[in-house]
Amino acid sequence: MIEILPGRTTQVMTKTNAATPDIACGKASLAGSVSQRACVFCGSRVVLYPIADALHLVHGPIGCAAYTWDIRGALSSGPQLHRHSFSTDLQEIDVVFGGEKKLEAGLLELIEIHKPEAAFIYSTCIVGLIGDDVAAVCKRVSNKTGIPILPVNSEGFKGTKKDGYKAACAALNTLIGTGDTNGISPYSINILGEFNLAGETWILKDYYQKIGIEVVASITGDSRIKDIRRSHGAKLNLVQCSGSMVHLARMMEQDYNIPFKRVSYFGVEDMAAALYEAATFFGDAKLLQRTQTLVQDEISVLYPKLQYYRERLEGKTAAIYVGGAFKAFSLMRALRLLGMTTAIVGSQTGDQNDYRQLQAMADPGTVILDDSNPLELAHFCLEKDVDLFIGGVKERPIAYKLGIGFCDHNHERKLPLAGFLGMLNFAKEVYSSVASPVWKLTPRRIKQYKDEKKDKDSKSVLKATNLANPHEPVSHEPVLNETSVHKTDLNEEIAA
Amino acid sequence: MNTPDLDVDTPHTTAVTQNACKLCTPLGACLAFRGVEGCIPFLHGSQGCATYIRRYMISHFREPVDIASSNFHEESAIFGGSSNFKQGISNVLRQYQPEVIGVATTCLAETIGEDMPRLLMDFKQTDADAKLVHVSTASYRGTHLDGFHSAVRALIEQLAIANTSNQPSEHITLFPGMVSTADLRYLKEILAAFELPLTLVPDYSDTLDGSTWSQYEKLQTGGTSISAIAATGSSKASIEFGLSTAGSVLLDKFKIPNHNLPLPIGIKATDSFFEVLETISGRATPQIYAGERGRLLDSYVDGHKYIFEKRAIVYGEEDLVTSITEFLKEIGVLPVLSACGNKGWDFAKLAAAVPDLKPDFLIGNSKGYKIARALNIPLIRVGFPIHDRIGGQRILHLGYRGAQALYDRIVNALLTRKQEDSPVGYSYQ
Repeated sequence: MIEILPGRTTQVMTKTNAATPDIACGKASLAGSVSQRACVFCGSRVVLYPIADALHLVHGPIGCAAYTWDIRGALSSGPQLHRHSFSTDLQEIDVVFGGEKKLEAGLLELIEIHKPEAAFIYSTCIVGLIGDDVAAVCKRVSNKTGIPILPVNSEGFKGTKKDGYKAACAALNTLIGTGDTNGISPYSINILGEFNLAGETWILKDYYQKIGIEVVASITGDSRIKDIRRSHGAKLNLVQCSGSMVHLARMMEQDYNIPFKRVSYFGVEDMAAALYEAATFFGDAKLLQRTQTLVQDEISVLYPKLQYYRERLEGKTAAIYVGGAFKAFSLMRALRLLGMTTAIVGSQTGDQNDYRQLQAMADPGTVILDDSNPLELAHFCLEKDVDLFIGGVKERPIAYKLGIGFCDHNHERKLPLAGFLGMLNFAKEVYSSVASPVWKLTPRRIKQYKDEKKDKDSKSVLKATNLANPHEPVSHEPVLNETSVHKTDLNEEIAA
Repeated sequence: MNTPDLDVDTPHTTAVTQNACKLCTPLGACLAFRGVEGCIPFLHGSQGCATYIRRYMISHFREPVDIASSNFHEESAIFGGSSNFKQGISNVLRQYQPEVIGVATTCLAETIGEDMPRLLMDFKQTDADAKLVHVSTASYRGTHLDGFHSAVRALIEQLAIANTSNQPSEHITLFPGMVSTADLRYLKEILAAFELPLTLVPDYSDTLDGSTWSQYEKLQTGGTSISAIAATGSSKASIEFGLSTAGSVLLDKFKIPNHNLPLPIGIKATDSFFEVLETISGRATPQIYAGERGRLLDSYVDGHKYIFEKRAIVYGEEDLVTSITEFLKEIGVLPVLSACGNKGWDFAKLAAAVPDLKPDFLIGNSKGYKIARALNIPLIRVGFPIHDRIGGQRILHLGYRGAQALYDRIVNALLTRKQEDSPVGYSYQ
């Protein structure tokens, strides 16, 4: 039996028909709770990671840099510098006498070798304790080399992952406003909080370009320092992954008067809304017309293809546990489009507004979780008997051990899941896990499948003998085409 | 055969480490603790350390790896982490009901000078059933391999007790070091064939490579029990591989004969291991292993020409690198570079050294993939981590059977390359 720790009971709730109280969130993780969250450093590192022509130097002992080496599938169309892992690899002697000299020497050496456009220096726990003046080193090296060197105050223990997002935004904000904004279209945007995992930014840029909107900078998917420096020339900021980038959007609103809108690129409805949001903002009739055409064209191609998966996924249930809550909204909608329901939904870093929205969207009985842990997630997955878990690498074994399908919606995905194309990929991903015959062999499912098979066999006998009976109940099962019927039978044979 | 005269141990120095060929000490400690029955690793430090290490290990083992954290915040760093420690331990006891909590202190706790003896003493005075084992693992001191060996040593130092009965003990304690789950299972099989009762410390062959469940296992079944670890103080003998020092603790404290050997990879190293087993057990090597040895030698002969003086680069943890290097020499391959992370090597230095060395293949963990890809040469995946393949945790390296698997993989990788590069594409080799 798994109990919810007393210190966590307010961070776990079940949606009911009656008005439910607010969930507790935004707290530091409870000691000993085995949170799925990482630390401040992690927050900064994931946000800045995709900047491909910058040097990312982690100032600290080796672990922090080693565990984040090439960790995200954030693609670059040019330089690949971001896919390296650089560490000052502090040793005991550095901890005693300070790491500034090592940092400075290392920075100069790396800049000489790699010729980056800028450098981000991440402070880890230890730096906050030994009192290195990282900012002073950055300033000195910047003067010597002529490139921006930005300290990122990301000491692991100084807050939560969200504080790491803020530190990253603060570093980015010092770059913004330093580039030339000449030649930027009046219909121009920045894409914030999109990280080009599996090339997703490219899909989105292509859409915006097609409808006539210039993307000045994508921050930070496939981004370049020079684009970020001139991003204050854009007329609108579209913010995805609101948890990480809304801070920057607010800074830019204050400093450069650039309004921002929150969007999401996952799922058909949200993707279409993200395009309309920009088109409506500029209020140009032709722009709107082009947007309509693009959305219609994409949907007319997508929907017939999605139908195949919907027929096979209808009625299945899912658990969602993701980093930022914004993604959970889109995923719930995307699952609905596939005929699936969400039984469990949670996030590492959602805020009160996020959870209110989740509550409003969720069906009664849905479990909502903030900063959960493996035992809670496993407990609710079993209780709700879900068919699919959507999460990241740390959640994957929880699902697999219990014989539950899994869809990676985190850093390591290899298929783009954003945009209209992404929705189709998402459907394929979900289907390729949920429909696999392997679950029929797993301990949790084997009995159920055997019972179902027995039940089905007896029904088919019944059907055969009652063909003429007009009172035969109408089957609600989706009509399958010949190939899939054949496939299903084959799978059952294998399982039997 | 002479190994080329190369400075294999020390690369040119740079101020920074690029693409590290090592991990931090707490990771090794967590791995060792997961091989103890009912043990949950607990990192005294920031939340991120536990989460990053979990993620890293999950990608290799493809199993849940729950690691608790005391989750330091700013006040803990200033005033000490004792209240977080106590709360964390209390929550872990409540949720996991562990038999042991393996506490590893991260760089943060070590640097603020956390008073661990006092925290451990306070815990002993509580009425908790669980035992608490502490290992100091500041990540600026050593690598994950040191963390692993230190944790095993801490288990023995803190849990092993002397033999109080007059009965002479028959069981052997084996400290295998950082090997795969397949290696652990194979070692158990070998000792059983010698009819030697065995305590393997640690043993994560089940906890980190188990079956699928109907109910969630809070701490996976398996591992070396506390009572078995306690009883290592009365072993008949101990055997330890590589840089392990736990055997010397048993020798110093309990006068138990200790045999320190390199990881048994290849014929010569495995022969040494079997000789020790023959001595301890008073039995000849069982026929099944004599058979394995015979077939291995036979395959060495069958394949020798295909690999003779082929050039290999070995990299990774010192224990594995040392033994793989000896194995390669034994089969006629030239180990042109043996690079250990703890000796200053990283993947950037390796990449820089590679063009002059003209290797025919690489042998090491999956992190060398980029170099292998750039050179278009085979990578023979061994050790930890294997993040880009299924079954990395099940690769067998040890003994005659492990060498056989490695040998076949090496020869076939080179044959494949030869076949692919050939304009004729011979179908006999």
